[in-house]
Amino acid sequence: MSNLVYNEFYKIIRKKRMLVITFILLVIIPIFTYGQYKTTKTTLEELGTSDWRAILQQQIVDQQNRLASSRIAPERKEQIRLNIKLQQYYLDHDINPSAPGAPTFVRGFIENSVSLFLPLLVVILAADLVSSEHSSGTIKLLLTRPVPRWKILLSKYVALLLSISLLLLIMVILSYLISGIIFGYKGWTMPILTGFQTQGEHLITNFVHIVPQWKYILMAAGLAWFSAIAVGTLSFMVSVLMRHAASSMGVMLAAVIAGTLLTQIAPNWQELKYVAFINLGLTDYLTGRPVIVEGMNLPFSLAVLSVWSIAALVIAFLVFTRRDVNT
Amino acid sequence: MESSEMVLTVEGLCKTIGKREIVHDLHFSVKKGEVFGFLGPNGAGKTTTIRMLVGLIRPTKGRILIGGYDLQKEFLQAIRQVGCIVENPELYSYLTGRENLEHFVRMVKEIPMKRIDEVVELVDLTERIDDPVKTYSLGMRQRLGIAQALLGNPQLLILDEPTNGLDPAGIRELRNFIRQLVDEEGISVFISSHILHEVQLMCDRVAIISQGKILKTSSVQQLIEQDSKVEWIIDPIQKGLSLLKKLDYVSQIESFGERILAYMPADKIAEVNEQMIKQQIKVSGIRQHQQTLEDIFLEMTEGDQIV
Repeated sequence: MSNLVYNEFYKIIRKKRMLVITFILLVIIPIFTYGQYKTTKTTLEELGTSDWRAILQQQIVDQQNRLASSRIAPERKEQIRLNIKLQQYYLDHDINPSAPGAPTFVRGFIENSVSLFLPLLVVILAADLVSSEHSSGTIKLLLTRPVPRWKILLSKYVALLLSISLLLLIMVILSYLISGIIFGYKGWTMPILTGFQTQGEHLITNFVHIVPQWKYILMAAGLAWFSAIAVGTLSFMVSVLMRHAASSMGVMLAAVIAGTLLTQIAPNWQELKYVAFINLGLTDYLTGRPVIVEGMNLPFSLAVLSVWSIAALVIAFLVFTRRDVNT
Repeated sequence: MESSEMVLTVEGLCKTIGKREIVHDLHFSVKKGEVFGFLGPNGAGKTTTIRMLVGLIRPTKGRILIGGYDLQKEFLQAIRQVGCIVENPELYSYLTGRENLEHFVRMVKEIPMKRIDEVVELVDLTERIDDPVKTYSLGMRQRLGIAQALLGNPQLLILDEPTNGLDPAGIRELRNFIRQLVDEEGISVFISSHILHEVQLMCDRVAIISQGKILKTSSVQQLIEQDSKVEWIIDPIQKGLSLLKKLDYVSQIESFGERILAYMPADKIAEVNEQMIKQQIKVSGIRQHQQTLEDIFLEMTEGDQIV
């Protein structure tokens, strides 16, 4: 079995897919880094001072004033109190939260790419994994070996899991190394707030706590990995069902992009939350970004993605082991 | 014939797709150390049959035994005996020849890596084996395809239209190579083709298939040695005609001017000639048309192509 996985992984590498993806990242990350740098610079100019302690102190005072006001909702007050706590923490520990640093960039890059950019890269990797063997005719050589069909498909799937993991690793490492040139490589221990929950329109802050940034990045990367695997598994099924590499790639790209568009066009459509592509933004639950459709939370999204993935795998294996190979 | 001498036995093989019956009730077997030709026009069901033989397509009905193993029930043991090229020799074009072979060796535990050098030597690709396959000519791809098929020391080599796209020199080379494989390594070869004269020169036995059915299975020698077409140039023509018509081993007599065409066993020509002379018929020419497999094939499958 390990030999088979080696074969499949070797083919992915030799097809130069990984190289293309690395190249895309090498172009995209510097652009993002520069964009981030521009934003930081503008903020500083607007405040008119470069002493971050003064800025923080000013912000704390502002927020304390707002707390005194009676027109602010209780849960909003809770959030403000938390923010003040965090900023006080920054002051006490001599941490500059607005000096981004490479780890902060990595965190932002993962959070922002998880629902569209990362899925697209995964589709490039996965969508023609099986269909390309059909279009090139090499499937006939694979299936006429003394190896059961399910083992061949399983080895392809394992190789896919490996390469998705490698892709995420490359993404994190490249974004750290490249953004560090401008922002510096420090900031792993910077405290980050997480643990937000939403219920209806309310933000529940009872479980909010502070974690060091490295831990936060690890969690975000883990969630991104899960959502990438889900996209990879769905692409894998499509690549089994379709016999042409180009059409399987097209179907998956359309599905991922349509999913993202739908969330913007029809946020009131309740049933949307059962669609896999709506649930890809798992890291949003860490940052406390408002959910797309009511009733979605981290366990729900994980469950939806798992159900879709398992169904896709079952279909892929059933079809692959039974189908007549006519191409 | 002992059944243990059979490398491949096919019994009642059928394949129906939708309502169309692509292959209907095929029976044949391939003996150890023989080259078996599978002939038929395009669309006769050759490729479908071959795909069933290597497990790419499930038969609707029937049984395939390879080296005594049932392909449906004991797929791994049965397919272990087989090396094949189905249609074109498609390999991974982004890998080198050697990487391709390594890929397939890794899939079967029992094959050692050093087997690669042996097969590469055998198909004479040693010099180019480390180049990417996309730089190979069609002939070289064909040879790499055969190398790939021979990796597992198969008992049975299945080749689907192996001469497609080869130039005449390549075809001759392939033919010699196959004969050599059979004679030296004792393996059996199942070869499909629609180009008859190529097959005629390398096969021991052939099956002729048309519209999904086998019309005839026999040795090439027997097929060709049936009644041959003989042309007589004689004078007077009427006397000759009535003489030929009286003989019961002569058939399909036709006359054109002073020539007569008739079918008869080749060993009776001298006898007929003698009788003509006795009856004072002047015989100024006898020409025997050796029938090729092609003639027989066209006769049997007449009209197929137009369907």
